Amino acid sequence: MALTPFDVRRIAELARLDLGADEQARMLDQLNAFFRIVEQMSAVETSGVEPLYTPLAAVQEAHLRLRPDEVTEVVDRDANQQSAPATRDGLYLVPKVIE
Amino acid sequence: MSDPGPHDLGVAALGRALAARELSSVEVTSHLLDRFVGHERLGAALSIDREGALAQAADADRRRGTGAAGPLLGIPIAHKDIFVTRAHPTTAGSSMLAGYRSPFDATVVERLAEAGTVTLGKLNCDEFAMGSSTENSAFHLTRNPWDESRVPGGSSGGSAAAVAARLLPAATGTDTGGSIRQPASFCGITGIKPTYGVCSRYGMIAFASSLDQAGVLARSAEDCALVLGAMSGFDPRDSTSAERPAQDFHAELAKGRAGASAAKPLQGLRIGLPKEFFPAALAGDVEAALRAALAEMARLGATLVDVELPRTELSIPVYYLIAPAEASSNLSRFDGVRYGHRAEHYEDLQSMYRASRSEGFGAEVKRRIMIGTYVLSHGYYDAYYLQAQKLRRMIADDFQACFQRCDVIAGPVAPTVAWPLGAQSDDPVANYLADIFTLPASLAGLPGMSIPAGFGAAGMPVGLQLVGNYFAEGTLLHAAHAFQGATDWHTRTPPLAEPRR
Repeated sequence: MALTPFDVRRIAELARLDLGADEQARMLDQLNAFFRIVEQMSAVETSGVEPLYTPLAAVQEAHLRLRPDEVTEVVDRDANQQSAPATRDGLYLVPKVIE
Repeated sequence: MSDPGPHDLGVAALGRALAARELSSVEVTSHLLDRFVGHERLGAALSIDREGALAQAADADRRRGTGAAGPLLGIPIAHKDIFVTRAHPTTAGSSMLAGYRSPFDATVVERLAEAGTVTLGKLNCDEFAMGSSTENSAFHLTRNPWDESRVPGGSSGGSAAAVAARLLPAATGTDTGGSIRQPASFCGITGIKPTYGVCSRYGMIAFASSLDQAGVLARSAEDCALVLGAMSGFDPRDSTSAERPAQDFHAELAKGRAGASAAKPLQGLRIGLPKEFFPAALAGDVEAALRAALAEMARLGATLVDVELPRTELSIPVYYLIAPAEASSNLSRFDGVRYGHRAEHYEDLQSMYRASRSEGFGAEVKRRIMIGTYVLSHGYYDAYYLQAQKLRRMIADDFQACFQRCDVIAGPVAPTVAWPLGAQSDDPVANYLADIFTLPASLAGLPGMSIPAGFGAAGMPVGLQLVGNYFAEGTLLHAAHAFQGATDWHTRTPPLAEPRR
């Protein structure tokens, strides 16, 4: 089932990307070329197979490690904001969201 | 041919020369900084910090004067620009991060600095490590030192080109689907991607978190072992870091195999050859070089056994669904608010996000974000993402079945030698298909190496891939080291154009 121009616009919207008309047309062709090689995947019988979300789970039990609830570092706000596009008084500036 | 000099020395040899006071770190560092300038045309670096490097070198020399030692003390290196560093800009090869300065150092960067290395700067790569030619860098391309009209491979292309051109004895890289092994193969050097979890991902700009792994590109297995030993080990700041004691890879490489002799150092080693790794589509020149290298391995005592990895071809769609899915999620952090590019013109918050992301990301990154967003979206998740993760389990299980019958798996790194610049830049799917031999080990999280195995068409290098079982880096490095003790492919140098003076 091939993607349509409508699908490309919808995915771009979800991905927060603006694509020009040319870019959309190229993207449509390239995504469809890609999904043609994906087809072979759907034919494989996988019922009962556990998905492998993280590789070491193939051979050992995967567990989420928790650390002790202790203060281990301090936040240096100035250093963290040195590459921010716009800040004032230690706050990140964004366009007005609530009128 | 350039004049002989300190650039001819690898990590181990340079370490010995520094320890014997035949050279100082300042002398070597300054010489390599000059070589970076002389060979700027290769485009290996994104930023070089001359003053900072010379200060680190002077400090290394001073520390040696007061009794400090260590195999990496005073050794010049540079990092793939995927690792964040406080001392240099960090861009990930993307306009999105042009001018970005990190408030912290990656664990790998921190550990190598603690071991006494001198960091010259940051090396070029495909944008956010997405690509296999380094042509996706937003800043400039990198040329293959063996033929400047060809790609160096990618995504760690700057690292591979710098080491091959002898601008550095070693460099860091990252490998998500082959990004250390493939450029190492294309540039005729040695590269290792360890088991997932061996090197901390803390401070490595995330592409696909369940696949990303740091590693080393250097001239020999011995040099790789020295650098990997210093940068690896458990890190509490990475939630997927393997909780294991640190390994001394260099000691493992020197360890003899039971029943081995000087003439047969690989005695008893079973090398598995998956028949799917030698398909009809494998270029004849690559296959010829590999068969000769495998015959040499057999002469050194190894036994070649036939094995199967029946889902090798499926690893392409599986990888290219999982990696973009994770990438679309990881790259959602680039919103033009906290760091990174912000568009100049927008109307509201939503249009600011869209304009900033559309201007900041290049074509390949956008394609992968689109694929990832689609396969994770409502109604498609089970058919694509979940199915891919199930197949990933089957691929990992296939490897375990192989390792019942062999100790390492060998095959090509790529189906061809390095291709001409521009040859595949308009055909993303062709690039994806060329990753077929590196993707299976990435999906399973297994360690892999590329070692120089000869030359193919147009005198371009061919790499032999070795894949080991989980945490069997020592076995891989030992086999590679034994091969390099009997062959000289890894000592060959590209016929570089005269440096610009």
